[in-house]
Amino acid sequence: MSMTITEKILASHCGRAKVRGGEFIEVDIDVVFANDITAPLAIKKFREWGGKRVFDQEKVILLPDHFTPNRDIKAAGQCLLLKEFARQQDITNYFEVGRVGIEHILLPEKGLVLPGDLIIGADSHTCTAGALGAFASGVGSTDLAAAMIIGKIWLKVPSTIKFIYKGKLKEWVTAKDLILYTIGDIGVEGASYKSMEFSGEVISGLSMAGRFTMCNMAIEAGAKNGIIEPDEITLQFVQGRNKRDYSLYHSDPEAEYLEVKEYDVSRLEPQVALPSLPSNTKGISELGEIHIDQVVIGCCTNGHFEDLRIAAGLLKGKKVHSQVRLIIIPATPLIYLEALKKGLLQVFLEAGAVISPPTCGPCLGGHMGVLGEGEVAVATTNRNFTGRMGHPKSKVYLASPAVAAASAIKGRIANPEEISRSQPHSLDSY
Amino acid sequence: MSQDKKVLQGKAHKFGHDINTDYIISGRYKFKTLDNEELARHLLEDLNPHFYEHLSPGDFIVAGENFGCGSSREQAPLAIKYARIGAVLAKSFARIFYRNALNVGLPIIQTDTENIEQGNELVVDLAKGKVFITKKNLSLAIKPFPSFVLDIIEAGGLTEYFKKYGGWKKNSV
Repeated sequence: MSMTITEKILASHCGRAKVRGGEFIEVDIDVVFANDITAPLAIKKFREWGGKRVFDQEKVILLPDHFTPNRDIKAAGQCLLLKEFARQQDITNYFEVGRVGIEHILLPEKGLVLPGDLIIGADSHTCTAGALGAFASGVGSTDLAAAMIIGKIWLKVPSTIKFIYKGKLKEWVTAKDLILYTIGDIGVEGASYKSMEFSGEVISGLSMAGRFTMCNMAIEAGAKNGIIEPDEITLQFVQGRNKRDYSLYHSDPEAEYLEVKEYDVSRLEPQVALPSLPSNTKGISELGEIHIDQVVIGCCTNGHFEDLRIAAGLLKGKKVHSQVRLIIIPATPLIYLEALKKGLLQVFLEAGAVISPPTCGPCLGGHMGVLGEGEVAVATTNRNFTGRMGHPKSKVYLASPAVAAASAIKGRIANPEEISRSQPHSLDSY
Repeated sequence: MSQDKKVLQGKAHKFGHDINTDYIISGRYKFKTLDNEELARHLLEDLNPHFYEHLSPGDFIVAGENFGCGSSREQAPLAIKYARIGAVLAKSFARIFYRNALNVGLPIIQTDTENIEQGNELVVDLAKGKVFITKKNLSLAIKPFPSFVLDIIEAGGLTEYFKKYGGWKKNSV
């Protein structure tokens, strides 16, 4: 029986030989996680239901990453709830500030989510982990509470749209541009309730960071999950991080797809999503002159070391435009440390950027870079909804770290090609 | 489902497509509080700053495609529920919002909302699966729920469902 990778993972977690799109199933969960925004509600439900113990202290993970370090007394109260619950339940993987990072980047980095896993997180960007060849999907707090108690969840098996990327990417065109282009093509509900399977030679050529970026934004097209089949690059990433066994699944050649979409991306230029939908995408040459007040490089979409490296390559020896704030947010403490060791932080500081501790912060208008009325930002984040980063009359343009860094220098949305490099191959020296 | 929940009546408040969770309840508020009444006062305020003040209990939110897209925040359906909205009617719903709404006991109805206009009085009969636009004397069909989802709605949300059945009903999924 032919199946997609998503169907295989779901079948293996409900003890069936075969599942089909549209079926309702109850599956065993390998990892359940929540953050300082979603966990408090889940904990409240957990107690309302008379929950005594979580189903498995190793498999339930709590990460206060959104408005930490605590932005105010109310946020501190939410985090305290998490901490007390974690202590009471002997949760093995509770990450305090200083050890916590943005959940969707920290979990793979720590080897806590692995290929073949079934992962449920109370955050819509849980789909990021699909880049490992896992099934990962976001839920709300009530579903999470149930999952914490019983270690199971009901799911409708999604049908899959397969995306095949062919060709060779131009310089400065990255995974972020591929996914923005894709969402621009299919729309914000183009994959509603579906699985998005990313494949083809271009995907095979992406690093894990790039693959995480692709899967991260599957939700912006309404998808239930984004997924990439594991290969050598996946195994290299996982080996040495994993503390338990994992399973590798691949789609059968005869697997059924709802639709197969092929893109030749050889001529693709850097993409920008204009306010106020991630699907409102244009090639950077079509934009015209857009002046900016703030640039954010970070977030669960683009807070990887590789993203910071690209930004530093452009910023080395340059200055952030006098009217612009550049906020750099390494996604995890380890990425922060790497950026320190490799000299990236010095490049950022000398350019006039500010470096934030790991946090989701400004992406959803929390702290560490909230926009004022009428302000415009370029961000490597994933959502540009009205008011997302602050004032309802502020605007967010979504782009890659390369476009973001170039824009910070120019004071307007800029193509990285416009930035002359201070020394040849400066990018490679990191 | 209790008798009073079967037939809902109220006024339509019309919105467009892709009403995302940041519109429904901004991230500026959701992390600050577990107080649903406070969240409700900020419902949809970035689209209409006085929306909450203009609501009567039982009114409906009526929208186009992809209602509730964006984040997984359960505060979104909670803010709607605690604003005493009777139900949300839309052409389609985003996946996570759909689950969350059912889980917290907010009735959501998938139907062709094209003919519903701002301010129209609506009668929604969940049992019969009909939406009636009084002024136009027009009935719209509701897309039916899978049977175990109906069980959750009838219980009034997942919490009440769990209390009623002590877990998942056998062969429910």
